[in-house]
Parts: sequence; C-alpha cells; structure tokens
Amino acid sequence: MTTLHLAQGAKASRILGVGSFQPERVVTNDELSQRIDTTDQWIRERVGIAERRYAAKDERLVDMAVIAGSKALADAGLSPSDVDTVILANCTMPTPIPNGAAQVADRIGVKAAGAFDLNAACAGFCYALGTASDLVRSGSAGRVLVIGAEKLTDWVDQDDRANAIIFADGAGSAVVGPAETPGIGPVVWGSAGDLVDMIYMRDDKWIYQEGQSVFRWATTQIAPIALRALKAAGITPSDVDVLIPHQANLRIVESIAKKLRANGAREDMVVADDIVHSGNTSSASIPMAMDHMRAAGRIKPGDVAVLVGFGAGLSYAGQVVICP
Amino acid sequence: MSEKPSDAEILKGLADIVEEVAGVATDDVTTEKSFVDDLDIDSLSMVEIAVQAEDKFGVKIPDDELANLKTVGDAVNYIAKNV
Repeated sequence: MTTLHLAQGAKASRILGVGSFQPERVVTNDELSQRIDTTDQWIRERVGIAERRYAAKDERLVDMAVIAGSKALADAGLSPSDVDTVILANCTMPTPIPNGAAQVADRIGVKAAGAFDLNAACAGFCYALGTASDLVRSGSAGRVLVIGAEKLTDWVDQDDRANAIIFADGAGSAVVGPAETPGIGPVVWGSAGDLVDMIYMRDDKWIYQEGQSVFRWATTQIAPIALRALKAAGITPSDVDVLIPHQANLRIVESIAKKLRANGAREDMVVADDIVHSGNTSSASIPMAMDHMRAAGRIKPGDVAVLVGFGAGLSYAGQVVICP
Repeated sequence: MSEKPSDAEILKGLADIVEEVAGVATDDVTTEKSFVDDLDIDSLSMVEIAVQAEDKFGVKIPDDELANLKTVGDAVNYIAKNV
C-alpha cells in the first residue's frame, strides 16, 4: 500500500501584522438625514454610528483589499514574496465570477498564490483567520494574507432607512505566519441555517435584516461563542485585555461586553467601538477595528484579544489572538 | 418559578427589568403606560426586556408577539397567560 507523505507545519501560528483601508468620503448622520427620514440622534441611539465611509463609484472591493493587504504586509515587515496564500473574506463582490482573491494577490505581488474568497458574511474574517492558522499549522501554507473587504454600499437600498444608516465600505487585513508559541487560539465556529431568513437580499439586490430578531440573536447567542473561544484557548475571561466583536451595532457590542464581564472579564477590558466612525463593514470590521485601536494606542503588542464575528447565514466564529 | 406569579408580582418583576434595561424608575412602570410613547423605550430595548422577562418568568415572547405588547398591561397579561 502506498503511503502518502504529509507536509510538516509550524508548531503554532500568530498574527504578524495588520493593516486597513477606508475610502476617503465620510458620510455623516446629518447628510443621511437630508435624504431619508432619520436624525443624528435616532441613529446614534439605535446603532451608535456617528459617521461611516462610502467608497467612490469606481473604487472597487478589490482595490480596497489590495491597499489593506499591502499595509498588513508592511506592518509585518514582509514582502509579497514572503506569503504564498491569500484569503479574501467578503460577501459583496459585484459578480459571482471572478473571485477577488486571485486578482488581489496578483496586484499585491504575491506570485501564483493559493487564493480564494470566503463568504461567511460578517463572520468571514474569523472564519478566514481560523482557516489561515490551520493552513500554517498543517504545512499547507507558509504565510497567509487574510483580508476582509466589503463594498456594502453596492447592495444597500439608500432609501431603506433601517439599513442605509448602518452599512459602509472598507477593508482590514492580517498576516498569519508560524510561531514558536500560539498566538492564535482554536477557532470556535458554527452556523444556524434555520435562521437564514433573518438576513437576506430583498428583491434579490438589497441587504435586508430583521432588526429585532438579529438583535435578539446577537445579544443572546454571541457572548457564549466568545466564552467558548476562551475555553478552547485555555484562558479565562479575566485574562482578556481586548474584546473585538464584529461591529454590527454599538448596543450589541456593549451587550456582549456586559455578558463577558458578568462572567469575570475585567472592567478595564478594552472594547472595540470602531463602528462609531466606520459603520458596519461586515467582514472588514474586526481587522479594521484592531488596526485602528493599535494606531490609537488602545491595543499593545502582546495583549490578549478575543474576536467574534456573526452575521448572515446565520454564521458565527470566534477565537483568541495575541495582538502583534 | 414554581408557582404562577400574581399580576402584581409580574408587574414588579417587569418594572425591575425595565429599570435595568432602560433606566426608567420602577414607580413609572404602571399598567396603562405605553412602552414607546410614555416610557420612551425603543424596539431594541423591547427585545432586551423580552429576553430578560423570558428568563425571569419562564415564558416565550417571540418577536411577532412582542409587536403586540404596546402597554405594560399588555405585557403583564401576556406573561400571566403564558407562564
């Protein structure tokens, strides 16, 4: 019987660098309220957003992904030739074909990369990070560039006052490579396909979510996922320095933080609130928040962060990481 | 709860939840009050109130039922009937 040879992977993996990109155009609540029936106060109270960024018409998802990915490589002190695999988490490419990852890899300069898109909607980055970590540990990849990028505004009905205020555009990225000690804990992931109708495409072209149902799901089911991720990594809530949930709604973020604190997380745990100035950017929100928080000095190298993404599918995933 | 709570007990329990979720003083939470118009509670806070009421009273309050609970009295009656 023929025995197949297996690749030898790294003992552990870690995030080597992060980067992000946001389009230039800032859209304030006041600007939105000139077009749709809403107010700055209403938006801040319901979702916690003060402003968000919209890509220009000719600014594509892949363009944003290229910039965020290049920045992550620079942050890690690596060249494009140092990575061999690119995973582009997204759910808003303009067409099903072609995928985005191959062209992003090529434009960044990663030659003949293993490249694929991954759609787990707002949980996409955590799914992609878990996949990247396991590719490095299995030996299937040396280093992986993980990018979450979205142009949600292509898929939002700008007259829909419930959804137009929430979604925005942008990209975030992390480079994953080998490590002596674990810097990325086991991914805890799952789905609830029976709840698929909570977030869907209205008229096959506009993102629509059942606000109350999604809020109930997110505020009751997601903190337990974060707690499972901590357990899988062998740490306790009191060990967590930083909580970065998907930036769906500031009230959901605060609810998750409250539940973690009720389970022993520290009062001084830093909680990502990037949604205030970035809106909901789906799979881009977690790496973008991490990058912004590092730049602002709210995250230090070595901090223990728990990431948790959740969204359409419904899909969810979380893991513990050591911040670069 | 082992025994069915009285309407007064439900009202008190609900008032405690409303205070915690929305910061409304418990004395203001009376049966004739409208959650939205009188107590200034928005649709997302209503979800939080429903989730806590489910835990406290052991009832199910689905989102489509939640829309029918306009007043505090509506909620007390619903919980009393379904507990």
